[in-house]
Amino acid sequence: MRLTVNGEIIEKSNAGTVMELLDELQIEPLQVAVEVNLSIIRKADYSTFRLNDGDKVEIVKFVGGG
Amino acid sequence: MDDNLIIRGIEFKSRLWVGTGKYKDFEETRKAVEASGTDVVTVAVRRINIIDRKSENLLDYIDPKKYKILPNTAGCYTVEDALRYSRLAREAGISDLIKLEVIGDEKTLFPDTWGLLKATEILAKEGFIVLPYTNDDPVMAKRLEDAGAAAVMPLGAPIGSGLGIRNPYNIKIILEIVKLPVIVDAGVGTASDATVAMELGCDAVLINTGIAGAKDPIAMAEAMKHAVIAGRLAYKAGRISKKLYATASSPIEGML
Repeated sequence: MRLTVNGEIIEKSNAGTVMELLDELQIEPLQVAVEVNLSIIRKADYSTFRLNDGDKVEIVKFVGGG
Repeated sequence: MDDNLIIRGIEFKSRLWVGTGKYKDFEETRKAVEASGTDVVTVAVRRINIIDRKSENLLDYIDPKKYKILPNTAGCYTVEDALRYSRLAREAGISDLIKLEVIGDEKTLFPDTWGLLKATEILAKEGFIVLPYTNDDPVMAKRLEDAGAAAVMPLGAPIGSGLGIRNPYNIKIILEIVKLPVIVDAGVGTASDATVAMELGCDAVLINTGIAGAKDPIAMAEAMKHAVIAGRLAYKAGRISKKLYATASSPIEGML
């Protein structure tokens, strides 16, 4: 499955759900937020929300800022 | 007696708020934040680099149990972007607090107050505790209050400029016009600037570059801590009025 994650194309992702994608990328789900095709996915839905071929995913976290 | 700032039921022990941008590394950020004595830090929301992912996170150094995390929408130039970042921040974090920025001009980073007002209204309806970064414009401050802001954050001077409180009279009028807490955001360059803001009666001061950009950020963080405390105490103590001529401090009586 082909996904665009944070602007980068991932050609062969085996992630069926958001949680599996975070696992695949070794991202700790606690302090991130995830958007799929511009919709925010609630943390409670990470393990049930299905990803589809061509989805655009954004994963953000807090960084230093003023 | 406690003199804590309360915004929508959230109690802030420190009237100095600190940004976490521009530090050399996370360790320096941690030390400066600690030296400032603050209990609230601002953060930005950005993409995780999935190709070259550093294992370290800001929140490994700034414990969210110890500090209130205030996410901003820095870098947003449209209402849509500001809403998007705010909603992501709420999902990534643990509170409804948002330091709302809608920037109108790249060179000055002055707020687009039209967009700011629209975004404030929408986010307040969605249950956010909106702290908008705005101009030192009393009329806009009032409009933000009417739109549901939880506090107003007028700039002292452009972000990162270190020019201090350029229009103390407007800040004074904002303090009279709105019932909300007023937090000076941006422009504070050194300790006396922070004191001036607090002496005017502001409820808090937010500083990032003024600390992070100093030669010794940790020492400056401590200086800002004392400056804010001093300004607050002076404000509450009530300063003497300015007079043109002298009044002797020592008695005439008993002189030879």
